[in-house]
Amino acid sequence: MQVAGKAKTLAAGWIEVGTLEDIPRLGARVVQTPDGDIAVFRTADDQVFALRDRCPHKGGPLSQGIVHGTRVACPLHDWKVHLDSGLAVEPDEGCAARFPVRIEGGTIYLSLAPEEGCPNK
Amino acid sequence: MKEQLVVVGNGMAGMRAVEELLKLAPDKYAITVFGAEPHVNYNRILLSPVLAGEKQPDDIVLNGAAWYAEHGITLHKGKKVERLDRRTRTVNTADGTQAHYDRLLLATGSDPFILPVPGKNLAGVVTFRDLADVDAMLASAKQFRHAVVIGGGLLGLEAANGLLKQGMKVTVIHLGAVLMDRQLDRSAGRMLKKALEARGIRFLLEAKTAELIGKQRVQSVRLADGTEVTADLVVMAVGIRPNVALAQSAGIHCDKGIVVSDTMQTYDPRVYAVGECVQHRGQTYGLVAPLFEQAKVCANHLAELGYARYEGSVTSTKLKVTGIDLFSAGDFTGDDSTDEIVLQDAARGVYKKVVLDGNRIRGAVMYGDTLDGAWYFQLMRDATDVAGFRERLLFGQAHLGDAGHGDIKTRVASMPDDAEICGCNGVCKGAIVKAIGEKKLFTLDEVRAHTKASSSCGSCTGLVEALLATTAGGDYSTATKKKPICPCTDHSHDELRTAIRAQSLKSIPAVMQQLQWKTPNGCAKCRPALNFYLLTAWPGEYVDDNQSRFINERAHANIQKDGTYSVVPRIWGGETTPQELRALAEIAEKYAVPTVHITGGQRIDFLGVKKETLPRIWGDLSQAGFVSGHAYGKAIRTVKTCVGSQWCRFGTQDSTALGIQLEKMAWGSWTPHKFKLGVSGCPRNCAEATIKDFGVVCVDSGYELHVGGNGGVKVRVTDFLCRVKTPEEALEYCAAFLQLYREEAHYLERTAPWIERVGLAYVKQRVVEDGAGRKELAERFHYSQKFAQDDPWAARAQGAERHEFTPLKRVG
Ligand code: SRM
Ligand SMILES: Cc1cc2nc3c(=O)[nH]c(=O)nc-3n(C[C@H](O)[C@H](O)[C@H](O)COP(=O)(O)OP(=O)(O)OC[C@H]3O[C@@H](n4cnc5c(N)ncnc54)[C@H](O)[C@@H]3O)c2cc1C
Ligand code: SF4
Ligand code: FES
Repeated sequence: MQVAGKAKTLAAGWIEVGTLEDIPRLGARVVQTPDGDIAVFRTADDQVFALRDRCPHKGGPLSQGIVHGTRVACPLHDWKVHLDSGLAVEPDEGCAARFPVRIEGGTIYLSLAPEEGCPNK
Repeated sequence: MKEQLVVVGNGMAGMRAVEELLKLAPDKYAITVFGAEPHVNYNRILLSPVLAGEKQPDDIVLNGAAWYAEHGITLHKGKKVERLDRRTRTVNTADGTQAHYDRLLLATGSDPFILPVPGKNLAGVVTFRDLADVDAMLASAKQFRHAVVIGGGLLGLEAANGLLKQGMKVTVIHLGAVLMDRQLDRSAGRMLKKALEARGIRFLLEAKTAELIGKQRVQSVRLADGTEVTADLVVMAVGIRPNVALAQSAGIHCDKGIVVSDTMQTYDPRVYAVGECVQHRGQTYGLVAPLFEQAKVCANHLAELGYARYEGSVTSTKLKVTGIDLFSAGDFTGDDSTDEIVLQDAARGVYKKVVLDGNRIRGAVMYGDTLDGAWYFQLMRDATDVAGFRERLLFGQAHLGDAGHGDIKTRVASMPDDAEICGCNGVCKGAIVKAIGEKKLFTLDEVRAHTKASSSCGSCTGLVEALLATTAGGDYSTATKKKPICPCTDHSHDELRTAIRAQSLKSIPAVMQQLQWKTPNGCAKCRPALNFYLLTAWPGEYVDDNQSRFINERAHANIQKDGTYSVVPRIWGGETTPQELRALAEIAEKYAVPTVHITGGQRIDFLGVKKETLPRIWGDLSQAGFVSGHAYGKAIRTVKTCVGSQWCRFGTQDSTALGIQLEKMAWGSWTPHKFKLGVSGCPRNCAEATIKDFGVVCVDSGYELHVGGNGGVKVRVTDFLCRVKTPEEALEYCAAFLQLYREEAHYLERTAPWIERVGLAYVKQRVVEDGAGRKELAERFHYSQKFAQDDPWAARAQGAERHEFTPLKRVG
């Protein structure tokens, strides 16, 4: 079963990027790809989100920000971005593209295809 | 089925509460609104410009019909609620419209007070409260010539000004001896009177209205002394009374207003009330800013979040008569226990008075030049100690001298849209004006949240306020009495520091749990502050929480605009050697560092280093004998020195050696904000010691110690602390001063604002006069240094925090 499950994930374009323990709680790590960095965040309650590592304001690396709740504060000028939607927190406007993630048995899988809806891919 | 919320009163406070509620819980209630006026929700404050012909009624609509429709709100316009039945939970209007509520919000505002004199019901006698009043006045102005305004307060003068602009001859009758006597003292009142007289308004002061004379329409006003004044229109602007009729008839406890608790609930917990109709802790309010705070708290409870509390407001006032600048706040009359400082220049029409209680501001009145009103208001609310700049207080925040400001409203009005208002955040006038209009912003805080203007250094606050005044009308600055450190908590900095020690709280989660944080794990504002407070409270014991540190401190390097980092090794006292320089040159070459810069702090900065490379560069630096310079931290930065008596023909002491000793003692320490030191060898002061947080100026007889300087955004020269004889003493005083600052300043408060807040006298008492206390402070500093002087770079070069510097994965 396990093997079959994994095969299915891989078939859908999922990439294994590490384990939950590799990312500090309320922290983030970066997955480097030829198309740019993807920030993978872990919240206090072990939810994992992935966003393009580029702030909608002036491109700051969101992975370097302070994570709180399900938001991150950009390190350059302190915009806040929702981890679950990629949208900037009001009243700021803009977004960072979301990337699908799934966790199976503590292993994190990431899809490199950004979700639709945000021009900042 | 949704719960039913019924709102009585379609005015500014009621609809603001609904707006706030929709933000928090858009789907919780089916909302029904009753409004006695036949209009949608409009900005009452802007009635004055409508009367003056500067705006049209359409311009002042806040929420149009579409807004009600979009949110599914049933609006009963032009229907006054006549009866409230709390048993059946229904409200009823005269025409039989009925609505049932689960919760009820009363926002009935106030009624203008009508003098009980004969003739008060004649045609042509009006009040100034709503659009219907303005219509009546405008119609009279077309037909008639003589207007009398009874009441020389804010409203009365705005009415008089408007009627004058409509071409009427206006007389203001005022009972008191001073215009706007609730906001102004005698001198300011006199200047205002002169300015308005110059425009053509006639004043009768200390005049009591006895009767209004006329058959159908009013013809004249007779005063108690027998004088008669011709009048085709009489505007009564003699005060307002909270509109409590409906609440009272339903048996809800009322005094001056409808009595509410800190959660904006009346004695019937299903019934809430906000706005001018309300009495909270004995106070009623007649300006919108406090009402908006009430609305926010009320919405929080209607949404069943249940944590917000309204604790009262302090307010300030400005008059909205174009071309006249007036500001007042707090207690501006004073008493035996207060002092006042006054600046008066009748020729230029400038008057400023600040009332001080000890060295703290209790109130202020300004006429003619109000640019610094917001600053005084802030100093007053924060109870800042102004001893250090008392003589310069009246010259204003910019210390421009009293002549420098000009008429700020005219100035901003004449600025082009692309003029930059906020230099920190690069926000120009057009963007602010647009946001105020489109997003319906009223307060300085709202403009800050939406545009970021004035949210950083604050020096453009006056300009932003002037824009608010010219765009939205009125003045709305206000604030709650106690300042929480961020929206996650109700606690202030001082309360948190006290609680951490008193309750032995030793981790961030423990603080958040014990002190009932409103968010699960705080935010980017409170977590770094808590981390610092815990670190200083429990040295050696508290385990630093890396995830609560800003990236620069977490990565021990300074993030740059392109996401790379900078590396600044410590160069003790700014003195180096050829070997060190050679090592630095080799390392810079080895790692192809794009830019090498000599910093303003006598050190060398490698800029543009990739994060992954940091541990290796640090390893090499460490091998060459360098440690971290903490150029990235709220920490000890540099000790700038001059060559002193070693070389200089004027040097009195070995300033370089003392600087190096100070740096060796203090490096590695975390502080509330960055902390810089300087040691100059003589009073020529080449090391600029008198703009440092701690500065030493060597003199023949010893060492002069200076504190609280700042060379940054707002230059502040140090205060002289004391003179000592030996370098050992200088070190001890420095350690004690540092520890006092670490233990008591607010996080992100540099020594300069800290000293202005607590007062130099206090710092002197703790560090200079109390010898035993000084030694204890210094000991506590040295103890905490045992755990701090551990080079973070060496540790990371050897593999600590590896995850911070390596990607999770590389793909492709
Ligand atoms: C590198 C340096 C400029 C240079 O190339 O010369 C510099 C660079 C920065 N300064 Fe500075 N300051 C540098 C000397 C100064 C000085 C001069 C001095 O120290 O003698 C001042 C005025 C003196 C003072 O602080 O009172 C100065 C006043 C500021 C301020 C305003 C502080 C204030 O209280 O008003 C900031 C902003 C802040 O701290 O919030 C700031 C902030 C910064 C930051 C940290 C901005 C940031 O957050 O990115 C810059 C980091 C650059 C980096 O990555 O290294 N820098 N900065 C200097 C480093 C000195 C060092 O060796 O550590
Ligand atoms: C000309 C003018 C200038 C002003 N300038 C300023 C200024 O510069 N700065 C400032 O901060 N403030 C200013 N104010 C004060 C500010 O407008 C008020 O504080 C604010 O509007 C009060 O809000 P509210 O919701 O409590 O009352 P309102 O805005 O008066 O709303 C109450 C509404 O409830 C309705 N109502 C009452 N009883 C019933 C009932 N039984 N059934 C149905 N509806 C009912 C009323 O008709 C009214 O529409 C000014 C006021 C005026 C009149
Ligand atoms: S302050 Fe100037 S004069 Fe004095 S020792 Fe330093 S360099 Fe020499
Ligand atoms: S780049 Fe993120 S806030 Fe400016």
